[in-house]
Amino acid sequence: MSKARIKLMKGNEACAEGAIAAGVRFFAGYPITPANEIATIMSQRLPQVGGKFIQMEDEIGSLGAAIGAALTGVKAMDATSGPGFSLKLENLGLAAMVEVPLVLINVQRVGPSIGMATSPAQGDVMQARYGSHGDYGIIAVSPSSVQEMFDLTIKAVDLSEKFRVPVILLADQVVGHMRERLVLPSYEEIETAYRTEPSGPPETYLPYGGDERGVPPMAKFGSPYHWYANSSSHGEDSFQATSDYAISEKLIQRLTNKIEKNKKEITEVREEFLDDAEIVIVAYGCTARSARGAVLKAREEGIKVGFFRPIVLWPVPNEEIGQVADTAQAIIVPEMNMGQYVHPVREAACGKAEVVSLSKVGGLAISSNEILEKIREVVKSG
Amino acid sequence: MAEQTNLSYLVDKYFYASQMPTMWCPGCGNGVVAMSMCRSIERLGLDMDKMIHVAGIGCAAVAHWYTKFTALQTAHGRALASATGIKFANPELNVVVTMGDGDAAAIGGNHLIHACRRNIDVTAIVYNNFNYGMTGGQVGPTTPLRSFASTAPYGNAERPFDICRLAEAAGATYVARGAVYYVEELISLIERGIRHKGFALIDAVTPCVAVFGRRNKLGTPGQMFKAQRRLTVSMKKAKDMSPEELDGKLIRGVLVEKEVPEFTDEYDKIIAQAQGRDE
Repeated sequence: MSKARIKLMKGNEACAEGAIAAGVRFFAGYPITPANEIATIMSQRLPQVGGKFIQMEDEIGSLGAAIGAALTGVKAMDATSGPGFSLKLENLGLAAMVEVPLVLINVQRVGPSIGMATSPAQGDVMQARYGSHGDYGIIAVSPSSVQEMFDLTIKAVDLSEKFRVPVILLADQVVGHMRERLVLPSYEEIETAYRTEPSGPPETYLPYGGDERGVPPMAKFGSPYHWYANSSSHGEDSFQATSDYAISEKLIQRLTNKIEKNKKEITEVREEFLDDAEIVIVAYGCTARSARGAVLKAREEGIKVGFFRPIVLWPVPNEEIGQVADTAQAIIVPEMNMGQYVHPVREAACGKAEVVSLSKVGGLAISSNEILEKIREVVKSG
Repeated sequence: MAEQTNLSYLVDKYFYASQMPTMWCPGCGNGVVAMSMCRSIERLGLDMDKMIHVAGIGCAAVAHWYTKFTALQTAHGRALASATGIKFANPELNVVVTMGDGDAAAIGGNHLIHACRRNIDVTAIVYNNFNYGMTGGQVGPTTPLRSFASTAPYGNAERPFDICRLAEAAGATYVARGAVYYVEELISLIERGIRHKGFALIDAVTPCVAVFGRRNKLGTPGQMFKAQRRLTVSMKKAKDMSPEELDGKLIRGVLVEKEVPEFTDEYDKIIAQAQGRDE
């Protein structure tokens, strides 16, 4: 058995390596800062392992190509940042509707619009969940370190295949560009799920007939199972539901519920110092790093502060947040936006604890001291 | 094996009877193009399992609702981008793309020119009816100058694209134009396009009787089909015609056909190189 290797790597490099380790063999992308390193490395690494890399003519086309590749049975990926993410929302919604497993990396930068290409933000949190038109379920995971850029890319691939859904790795410029120690496990030990393929006679195949979890089996394009990957509202057999509202409603319910009702399998959180915590910091991505630092400093001052980090942002771990709210008096949500994830947190806390937003925008990361200051302020206001 | 031309045999083999009747208006030429595609596939004897039908959105891009091939319906304009991903990921598949003129040359124009440039072995059939029929007949990128459309009530002030010349300029290695009135020719043009190793574009001129035709007073379905004798001219005839005589006419036939290295083949060489193998 080969040993784990220890490397010094950039987050974006770790993400690309994680994709290779997870069995991703197709990448389509378009140049954009601060995500470029991912495409650069994939262009080099994929042909080495027999995979395919293509730089498409635009952001829309690159997610379109990844969708096409994924339908042939390949694990496919695309990477971008804010301006590109906005363009990809059309095809992200399509991937959710057609139920195409793939991973989309968003290394967040300052917005709106072109904003600041090389400065971090967490402004795409709501967009990741609700960005495309209509209702659907989606998964977004939030890495806080270079190690997690590797580990969570693998998790994203795994979840996308398990639930036949696009998964967003919602990174940010800090974790994308910083260098850290990374432990690379032996790739043979890494196992990721592969979509369930249909069995039985092709005539009886229902491409959109969900199993007990709501996830349908998926045939490869080019197999004897002829099917119709349909972006229009469709029935279980994949044909149009032009004016059949019951079929259309059932589809939307299933697309949403196959994620929301299977939260137990998807949710991942980190909890520290919660036992006696009167104040809890809920933080994710790069902000979770300084938030944890602030918690340690506050503890030194004798303030009973806890730390809660949703690793999977969407679906929301509302049960876990609800438990935090049961015992804590206040929850502080620091984030690099005008207050986005604070809303589902407040909803999950359900009035049981006061939920305070600490927002910072413009491109400078939130420091531990700024969070500590907020903690002291909350203590004072008692 | 002799080619099967029996219509009920072809309909049964290639179309879902359960999805009939089609949504196309009476007199529409789209069904002729869809059947021409299937007949060209029949002539080539292609494996049904390996045929992938990709479509955008619009009146043309509903042909896949009725055909029995595995299909992907993309968003409006995006068919070629996903077709590229399908073919690149698995070059063993035969990928045929169905688009309308607006789908291909307006909202999907960027994907079109780059598919031509890239020379990936995909066959694109553009159902060209000079307007956006499904949405009520808006002006489009191929609407003739001064023609009427729901969004050009005073006549179109923009010059149209010649999709074939656009594809040629963008580097397409097979470009052909057919018209539904000349159905045998259209079948052959599609057949040759599918056989072509590289990106193939077939501009299939088809009358939109109920919308574009009615608004522009172009007459009955029969009259609109027959008008293709006047509106189009074969390459053979065109050779002996003056530029004045050719003005406003669309030239039918194989306009471009050349052998150029195909993209997925080229990428296989990259894989060999990256793996340190000699080809």
